[in-house]
Amino acid sequence: MNPSMDTPMDKPLTDPHDAGHHAAPAGLWRWLTTTNHKDIGSLYLWFAAAMFLIGGLMAMVIRAELFQPGLQVVQPDLFNQLTTLHGLIMIFGVIMPAFTGFANWQIPLMIGAPDMAFPRMNNWSFWLLPVAATFLIGSLFLPGGAVSGGWTMYPPLYLQGGISYDLTIFAIHIMGASSIMGAINIITTILNLRAPGMRMMKMPMFVWTWLITAYLLIAVMPVLAGAVTMLLADRNFGTHFFDAAGGGDPVLFQHIFWFFGHPEVYILILPAFGIVSTVIPTFARKPLFGYRSMVYATASIAILSFIVWGHHMFTVGMPAGMQLFFMYATMLIAVPTGVKVFNWVVTLWKGSISFETAMLFALAFVFLFTIGGFSGLVLAMVPVDVQLQDTYYVVAHFHYVLVTGALFSIFAGLYYWLPKWTGHMIDERWGRWHFWLSAISVNVLFFPMHFLGLAGMPRRIPDYALQFADFNRIASLGGFVFGASQILLLVVIVKCIRGGEPAPARAWDGAEGLEWTLTSPPPYHSFAKPPEVR
Amino acid sequence: MKLGRASVAAWLVSLTNASRAEYGFDLPQPQSSVAQTAYDLHVIVLWVCLIIFAVVFGAMFYALFKHRRSLGHAAHPFHESTTVEVIWTLVPILILVGLAWPATQAVLAQKDTGNPDLTVKVTGYQWKWEYDYLQEGVRYMSNIATPRAQIDNQAAKGEHYLLEVDEPLVVPVGKKVRVLLTSNDVIHAWWVPALGVKQDAIPGFIRDTWFRADGVGTFRGQCAELCGVNHAFMPIVVEVKSPDDYQTWLADKKQRLVAAQAAGASAADKTWSDAELRARGEQVYLANCAACHQPDGQGIPNVFPALGGSKVVTGPAGNHLMVVLNGRPGTAMAAFKEQLDDLELAAVVSYQRTAWGNAGGTVQPAAVKAMRQ
Repeated sequence: MNPSMDTPMDKPLTDPHDAGHHAAPAGLWRWLTTTNHKDIGSLYLWFAAAMFLIGGLMAMVIRAELFQPGLQVVQPDLFNQLTTLHGLIMIFGVIMPAFTGFANWQIPLMIGAPDMAFPRMNNWSFWLLPVAATFLIGSLFLPGGAVSGGWTMYPPLYLQGGISYDLTIFAIHIMGASSIMGAINIITTILNLRAPGMRMMKMPMFVWTWLITAYLLIAVMPVLAGAVTMLLADRNFGTHFFDAAGGGDPVLFQHIFWFFGHPEVYILILPAFGIVSTVIPTFARKPLFGYRSMVYATASIAILSFIVWGHHMFTVGMPAGMQLFFMYATMLIAVPTGVKVFNWVVTLWKGSISFETAMLFALAFVFLFTIGGFSGLVLAMVPVDVQLQDTYYVVAHFHYVLVTGALFSIFAGLYYWLPKWTGHMIDERWGRWHFWLSAISVNVLFFPMHFLGLAGMPRRIPDYALQFADFNRIASLGGFVFGASQILLLVVIVKCIRGGEPAPARAWDGAEGLEWTLTSPPPYHSFAKPPEVR
Repeated sequence: MKLGRASVAAWLVSLTNASRAEYGFDLPQPQSSVAQTAYDLHVIVLWVCLIIFAVVFGAMFYALFKHRRSLGHAAHPFHESTTVEVIWTLVPILILVGLAWPATQAVLAQKDTGNPDLTVKVTGYQWKWEYDYLQEGVRYMSNIATPRAQIDNQAAKGEHYLLEVDEPLVVPVGKKVRVLLTSNDVIHAWWVPALGVKQDAIPGFIRDTWFRADGVGTFRGQCAELCGVNHAFMPIVVEVKSPDDYQTWLADKKQRLVAAQAAGASAADKTWSDAELRARGEQVYLANCAACHQPDGQGIPNVFPALGGSKVVTGPAGNHLMVVLNGRPGTAMAAFKEQLDDLELAAVVSYQRTAWGNAGGTVQPAAVKAMRQ
C-alpha cells in the first residue's frame, strides 16, 4: 500500500458487503462473531449501559435505605452486598467498558487505522465481560448472597464469606484478562497503525490518554489478579498470606490491593481527560492550549500513581516516615492535575464558545471534577485524613471524581460522537434537560456527603445516628432525581439511532481530526487505505 | 392547585420539624490537641482550596460569559506558552510546600505515643469492643446499648441512637492516654471524632495511638472499618472524668469485677436448676449471640446458621460446648472462652439446647470448668 496515495476521505472506501472477504453474518451471530472495531465499540457501550442500569438500581435501593434512620428497606446483610456490588459493577462494568467502547470506536478513526491491531482478540476481550458480569450479579442468588465485604475485598473479612466470594474472585480474574487483552490491543494499534505523518506528538489527546491508560492496565491488572489469587488460596488451599493466626499479615493485602487500586483510579480518569480535551477545543473553536504539557502531565500522573497507594491506608498504623512519604507524593499529584485544569480554562479563554450538550457536560466535568480534586487534596493531609478516612467525606470525594468526573466525560463523549456514529444529530433539547437535571441533582446527592463525613458518619453503614438524618434525606432525594434523569439519556440515544437531522461529515464546525473526514456514519470498513496526515 | 401548594408547604414544614438534630457542617468541636491540630489544618487547606477555586473558576466563568459565540466573540487561536506553563507548575508546588510544613509537624505530633500517663488496650470483636486497663488489671466488654426495637422502628429512637454503650471507656481529663489496638477477628477501626483519634484494629498486630482530653464530658464514635453485618452497630463511648472521679470509678469498677469473679467461681461449683440456667442463659444469649443467630434462634439463612434444630446444638453437649468455647476459625463464630465465665457459658449453652423446640438437656458450670482444663 502506498502511504502517499491521495485518497478521497469523505466517501466510503468500501461497501460493507464488499470487504474483500464475505458477506457479514446477520442477527445475533453477527454480534457474537464480529471483529469490527465499530461493532465491538458499540457492544462495549451497550454493555456499560446495561450495567449502569443495574448498578444504578442498587444505588437507588441504598439511598432508599439511607433515607431515614432505622432499617426499613433492606437488612444490613443485603445492604452490604448492594454496596459491594454497586462498587464492583460501576468500576469494572460501567466506567472501564464504556471507555474501552470509546477506544474501540475512536482510536482507529482518529489515527487513520482500518481496525484494531488484533480484531479477533478484540472480540474475545469483549465477550469475556458478560460472562464475568453474570457471575458477579448471579452471585446475589447463591446461598449466602453476594460478596458483602466491600469492593476492596479486605481480609480477614473476605475470608469469612461463602461460595459467592470464590465466584467473585473468578469474575475479577476474567475481567482482568479482558482488560489486559484490550490494553495490548490498544497499545499495538496506536504504536503500529497510525496513518503516515501522524507522529506521536501529533496524536489526538484522547489517543494519548488511552495509550498511557493501557500501559497502566498492563502494569496493575496482574497485581490485582495476584492479590485475589492469594485470597483464593487463603480461602481454599490452606495458605496464610493474610491470616495472622498462620503468620500472615492482613495489611499486606491492602498494600497489594492499593498498588493496583491507585493506578486504577487513573485508569478511570485519564480517558476522561482525553474526551474533555477533545470536546472543549471543539466548542471553544480554538486548539487545545498546551498540548505538549497535557501529554507530559498525563504521563506524570500515571507515573506518580504508582507511589501514592499508601494514602488509602493512613489509619492502618504505618510509621510516620511512610505517612509523610505518601502524603508528599499524593500532594505532588495536584501539580500535573492542576496543569490540566489550567490548560482547559485557558483553552476557553478568548474562544468563541457555544454550549451544545457535549460542551455542557465537559464544562461541568472541569468544574465538578476539580471539586473532587480539592477534596482529594484535603484527604492527602494525613492528620485531616485520619479524621475523614472511611467516612462519607471519602464517599463524596470519589463520587465527585467518578460520577461528575469519569461518568460526565462519558456523557460528553456520547453527545459528541453519537452524530458521527449514527449519522444523526442528537436532540439537543432533550440533551439539555438531561444535562441540567443531572448536573443539579448530582450535587444535591453528593455535596451533603462532605458535611456528613466531617460530622462523623462512617461509610458502609445501613443505619445511622440521628444527627445525620437531614443531610441523608437530602442526598437520597438528589439520588432519586439523578437516577430518574438517566432515563432521558436512554431516550436521547435511542432517538439518535432511529433518526433525526442527518449529520454532516464534520458534525461540529469546530471539530478537528481524521474521524470528521469520514461520512457520518462512517463506512463499516473505514481507512482501508490510510489517509495522509500533514 | 391551591390545595396542592398548601399540602406541599405542610409537607416541607413537617420535614423541618422532623429534623431533630442540628445540621453539622464541620468537623466536631475538637476536645484534644490532636483533634485541634487536624481541625486547624482542615481550615487552612479549605481556605487554600477556596482561593484557588475562586481564581480558576472566576477566569473560567468570565470566559464562559464574555467569550461566547452568541456574543459574536471571535476565537483567538493562541495555544502555547512555555512561560505560563512553568509558572502554573511552580506556583502550586510552592503552595503545596506551604501546606506540607504544618502537616508534617502535625503528623510527627500525632505519631508520638511516648510517655503516656495511662495505657488502655482496645480489642475489636465482631461487634463489640473490649477495654483492658493494662496497669490496673481492669478488663471489660463494651456493647451497643440501643434496643433492637429502635433499629427496627418498633420504638421511638433515643437521643443517642446507635451511639450508646453499656460500659463506656473511662479516662481521666488532661492525661495522655495511649491506646493500644488489636482485633480478635477482622479489621475494625476505633474512632472518636471529637478526640481526633482513628486507628485500625488489626488481628495479629498491635497498633497504637494517643489522645489527651481537654475537658470532661462524653464523646461518641463508631467503628470506621467495614467489619461485617453489624458494622453499623458497634459504637464507642469515651467518658472523660476529673482525676478524682476517675479514681472513684476505677476503684468501684475493680471492686465490681472482683465480686463478679468471686461470684463466678462459687457459681461454677454450685449445681443450678434448669429454670435458673435457662433464665440466665437467655440474657447471655441476647447480649452475645443474638446479633448473628437472631433472638429467635433462626440465624440468617446461609449467612449465620440457625440454632433451632441445629446439628451441633441438638447433638452431644461436649461438641456444642467446644464450639462455643473455641469458636470456628475462618468464620464469624468467635471463641467465647475468654469472654464469658463458666456459669455464663453453661447457661447460654443450656438455653440454646432447650429453646426453639430443641429438646436437649442443660449443662452445669462444673462441666464447663472441666472442659477448660
